[in-house]
Amino acid sequence: MRRVQVVAGNGLLHRRLFLKESAGLAGLALLRATPAAAAQSQDVPAYMKAPGQGMRPYGERSPYESAVQRLVVPVTGTTGSGSSRTPLEHIEGIITPSSLHFERHHSGVPDIPPADHRLLIHGLVDRPLTFDLAALSRYPLVSRVHFVECSGNSTALYAAEPLQATAGSLHGMVSCSEWTGVPLGTLLAEAGVKPAGRWLLAEGADAAAMSRSIPLEKALDDALIAIYQNGERLRPENGYPMRLLLPGWEGNTNVKWLRRLKVVAEPVMTKDETSKYTDSLPTGKALQFTFPMGVKSVITSPSGGSTMQGRGLYQISGLAWSGAGRIRRVDVSADGGATWGQAAIEGPVHAKALTRFRMAWRWDGGPVVLASRAADDTGAVQPTRRALIAERGTPFRYHYHAIQSWSVAASGEVRNVYV
Amino acid sequence: MSTFSRGRVIVLALVVAGLTTLSAQAPRPSASATRPTVPPGPGLGVPATEALVASWDVSIPPDGSGLPAGSGTVAQGAQIFNTKCIACHGPEGAGTVNDKLAGGQGTLTSPAPVKTIGSYWPYATTLFDYVRRAMPYPAPHSLSDPEVYALVAYLLNLNGIIPQDAVMNATTLPQVQMPNRAGFERAYPSRAR
Repeated sequence: MRRVQVVAGNGLLHRRLFLKESAGLAGLALLRATPAAAAQSQDVPAYMKAPGQGMRPYGERSPYESAVQRLVVPVTGTTGSGSSRTPLEHIEGIITPSSLHFERHHSGVPDIPPADHRLLIHGLVDRPLTFDLAALSRYPLVSRVHFVECSGNSTALYAAEPLQATAGSLHGMVSCSEWTGVPLGTLLAEAGVKPAGRWLLAEGADAAAMSRSIPLEKALDDALIAIYQNGERLRPENGYPMRLLLPGWEGNTNVKWLRRLKVVAEPVMTKDETSKYTDSLPTGKALQFTFPMGVKSVITSPSGGSTMQGRGLYQISGLAWSGAGRIRRVDVSADGGATWGQAAIEGPVHAKALTRFRMAWRWDGGPVVLASRAADDTGAVQPTRRALIAERGTPFRYHYHAIQSWSVAASGEVRNVYV
Repeated sequence: MSTFSRGRVIVLALVVAGLTTLSAQAPRPSASATRPTVPPGPGLGVPATEALVASWDVSIPPDGSGLPAGSGTVAQGAQIFNTKCIACHGPEGAGTVNDKLAGGQGTLTSPAPVKTIGSYWPYATTLFDYVRRAMPYPAPHSLSDPEVYALVAYLLNLNGIIPQDAVMNATTLPQVQMPNRAGFERAYPSRAR
């Protein structure tokens, strides 16, 4: 039997424990004795005594899982404006089920018959063109795994006192899908961008006609016109029949229900890039066009709002992501950041995608503070909350990406805390 | 042609002829540093008519290009506001269930800035663009262009930016100087944050 290696304070164990050294588990005395003898009569549940339900043309999850829901947070006095959040504490892996992808709408979800919808590319182009869904479906498609995160995700953590809520309630305006679509550069090449073109005005077909100015550089780098999400057509709330996907950039720039791209020389200065989605500084100035989302992680199990089920071996599980590239490393602390141990990262690790990390942990029943700290392949490291706020000041409302800490009390209660 | 090999010239000719599958085996034609090469498509874009572009292009940049004909006054705007906007934005734009639209000037350096049209918005053209495309919330695209000009005039006057007798139209609106015009710094291009 191999020794279980403690790598950091309060019971954090070596990242390979669950991967390569399962024999070590015996040393933790976790294996439970099997019942001594089989029952005299056969124990057969009812569902084994008759054939089950037949096939169905479109699947549904188990009814016993119906409590796993998005947290819907509408803007007061409106329908369809506001957000719903992915219940991060109830899902695993890196792909967010489409039904649980977070939502942020500015005037509801439009009901768009695909035959009616066209994407217009115009402005500083040689040939103004329209494309419908059938046409785009014939273009060379690419599939990529990327997160989308609202720039207002985690904004509650700027508050002076820690709000008591789950990982999903606090940080669930991030989700990750396999998106399939047409590289935007292909369509722009067909329209022929004139030399003066430097930005794109992207506009949606919702009742807000949500619009943002996007640098042409990004459009030609890795932008997609996405028409599939996790293998099926986009969900209405994620932009059906087509959306802009700007990997790693703040969610609202990934314009849903995309209807128009106008090539322009300078930003149009829309409402959502001037009065909203700009970041106020203590000087009174505000930063505009803060596009990429910072390197970030959160432990999703255990999560705030949950209660530990007794002392013993646990697997800490969490998500890390960066709008700049791939997650390179995640460290976990169980003593509020005094000591750190390296977590296992599950591959394949995609650029600008949620990345799952795991850490073996033996909880001895005492009070601890859990935290995770991500680093990406550009060398950026997730900051502490104290450092983030010291740098930005408190009027800043967007792009919160500091280290999240959960306290675990002797009672097992898990709470959001500031360290 | 001395800088091209014979083989490359043939390959380029084939690419131009549409046999793009060969391009992967050949040296790529040189691309500019700022315009990376992209996968070729089947060319299914349908030419858009001028009429279509004109009827869809509602975005108004700071120079006011694209602003429509018509005009509106502060008094006309007050009437429209008190009928169609007051439920969400309150009397004189004081804010109720939705955004406060007036006041807040001088608060941007405080710990809790009050961001309104007068204290924060850098361009008056944005107001026309946004009201026309998205307001009133329950019925966007229900206002005429003169009604939008009138609402814009009312909201700018509420914030003390234009006088009571001002008229907003395609000429006057882009000339309005917003108090916080110099209040923004571009973070792009930048590192992730």
